[in-house]
Amino acid sequence: MTGGLLLQAVVSGLLLGGVYGLVASGLSLIFGVLRIINFAHGAVMMLAMYATYWLFALGRVDPYLSVLITAPLFFGLGVAIQKIDIEPNRAAVEHNQLLLTLGLALFFENLALVLWQGDFRTVKVAYSGASFVIGEALVEVSRLVASGGAVLMALGLFVFLRTTDVGKALRAVAEEPEGAALVGINVARIRAATFGLGSACVAVAGALITPFFYVAPDVGESFNIMAFVVVVLGGMGNFVGALAGGFIVGLAESLGAAFLPGSLKQLVVFVIFVLVLLFRPQGLFGGSRGR
Amino acid sequence: MGARLAGALAVAALVALPPLLPKYHLEVLISVVFWAYLGIAWNLLGGYAGQFSFGHAAFFGIGAYTSTLLLLQGGLTPWVGMLLGGAVAGAFGLFEGYLSFRYGLKGPYFSLVTLAFAEMLRVVTVNTKAVGSSLGLVVPSAKAAPAMFMFSNKLPYYYIILVMGALALALTWKIGRSRLGFSLAAVRENEDAAEAAGVDALGMKLRAMALSSFLTALGGTFYAQYFAYIDPTITFGPAVSIGALLPVIVGGAGTVLGPVLGSFVLTPLSELTRSALRGRAGADIMLYGAILVFVISFLPQGLAGFVRDRRARVGQR
Repeated sequence: MTGGLLLQAVVSGLLLGGVYGLVASGLSLIFGVLRIINFAHGAVMMLAMYATYWLFALGRVDPYLSVLITAPLFFGLGVAIQKIDIEPNRAAVEHNQLLLTLGLALFFENLALVLWQGDFRTVKVAYSGASFVIGEALVEVSRLVASGGAVLMALGLFVFLRTTDVGKALRAVAEEPEGAALVGINVARIRAATFGLGSACVAVAGALITPFFYVAPDVGESFNIMAFVVVVLGGMGNFVGALAGGFIVGLAESLGAAFLPGSLKQLVVFVIFVLVLLFRPQGLFGGSRGR
Repeated sequence: MGARLAGALAVAALVALPPLLPKYHLEVLISVVFWAYLGIAWNLLGGYAGQFSFGHAAFFGIGAYTSTLLLLQGGLTPWVGMLLGGAVAGAFGLFEGYLSFRYGLKGPYFSLVTLAFAEMLRVVTVNTKAVGSSLGLVVPSAKAAPAMFMFSNKLPYYYIILVMGALALALTWKIGRSRLGFSLAAVRENEDAAEAAGVDALGMKLRAMALSSFLTALGGTFYAQYFAYIDPTITFGPAVSIGALLPVIVGGAGTVLGPVLGSFVLTPLSELTRSALRGRAGADIMLYGAILVFVISFLPQGLAGFVRDRRARVGQR
């Protein structure tokens, strides 16, 4: 094992970690406020990747610029999902809400399969192959932009939650929904906005990775599972924990890929997942308790 | 009386009619009973004990791989391999359940752990040459050999899965009326209260887990013998885990006939969509997704619950 390979694995892991962090931030936000583990999160990401792809293929819109269209679009989709699908069933038992999002995921994923078949599609932009070298490690520019952009977006959301009235209301609902309703916060509206924000996060993450990642109906699945791992690791509903967890999982995965044969790298991630779920369900950095 | 007569007629039809059916319809019927069987197995843990597994594929795959590997490498008949696979899966279920329940995992957290275990087994199988890696295993099926669980036509497979389903159904019915069934219901509704009343919640949940995983593994062996081919994605992938819980949710979780009702509605529907929209892969699963959302929104107790409520309302008049 050479130092160069190790360095490359660390660099790749960090570059992937930022994207995982943003996907997980959206999931964590939705869990924090709605107490729902959203199985449709990855499917929403997949739809956003298709939106980015079609904007590029039909309208020649640059993937990074398309964020300006996809983010509001998927905010709207998230609001619609919450209002039409989840809000009316709030009284239902916990696992029924889980199944609702699972049903949505099956629907979206196979809708994409029916509409666009299973072919892998790619967005080829001028900067797709651009790269530079640090030490012995190769850094692809598009991956660097994706990771950096994801971290910026997550930080922006963090500032939004801390400083704006809507952000504060959202945190109040996460903390104490009944108390929030008593002081005049429109809780249903905040819940819809939360689902919208979470979906916008994952849509931006999807758009940022299309310059170097294939688009296919099942592309969201692996990100969805990865986001569960990250969110559990960082602590359910813990926003900063989600970002940190993203980097940990990104590193674990790329180090696993460098040191283990075949696709066993996924095993590393699942082992971490089960261990954290069993022994520290509140996450490494604390958060809502899992029991 | 009407219900009992209808039931007797349905059973008579299920036993007597299949030899008269054309091949395609028989295949659909096998599929219906097969998914009902897996649903019955899932229902013991998910419906009666209220523990939502999203990873029953783990047990299904263990069953399919154990009996098939024993057949291919030791020449052992799958009739015996099936029971051994069930035992291995039951042990794995106990291990998974003990870890999860011991550390107090509930609701969605339990679902995630079961999902993770199934995915881990899938990844390990894909990466292990000795069990055929991602290429899977082919079960020899050239000549009929009833002693080796191999038949030249579909009819015997139908009666095998029908008997398996009937036995599993009888077991569910019996459990529902037993001390175990009442304890499970108590744990499902309010675990703390059940424990306070002296119910051994951990022990009860583990029993449900062991039974459910054992039965699911038998389904895995049936699948391997019937289709004569298994691979990691088919057996350990999420499709089986979802396929096992869907008929139960649609039919009515925690009811004896719920999984059967669910499968009789869902499976033919999916076959119809698949043949109507040939070449449009995914349309049937898309429909499943829509039905799942619809049922939870409008029939949260499933079809069985809906029928029960209707009856109760009619009875009140």
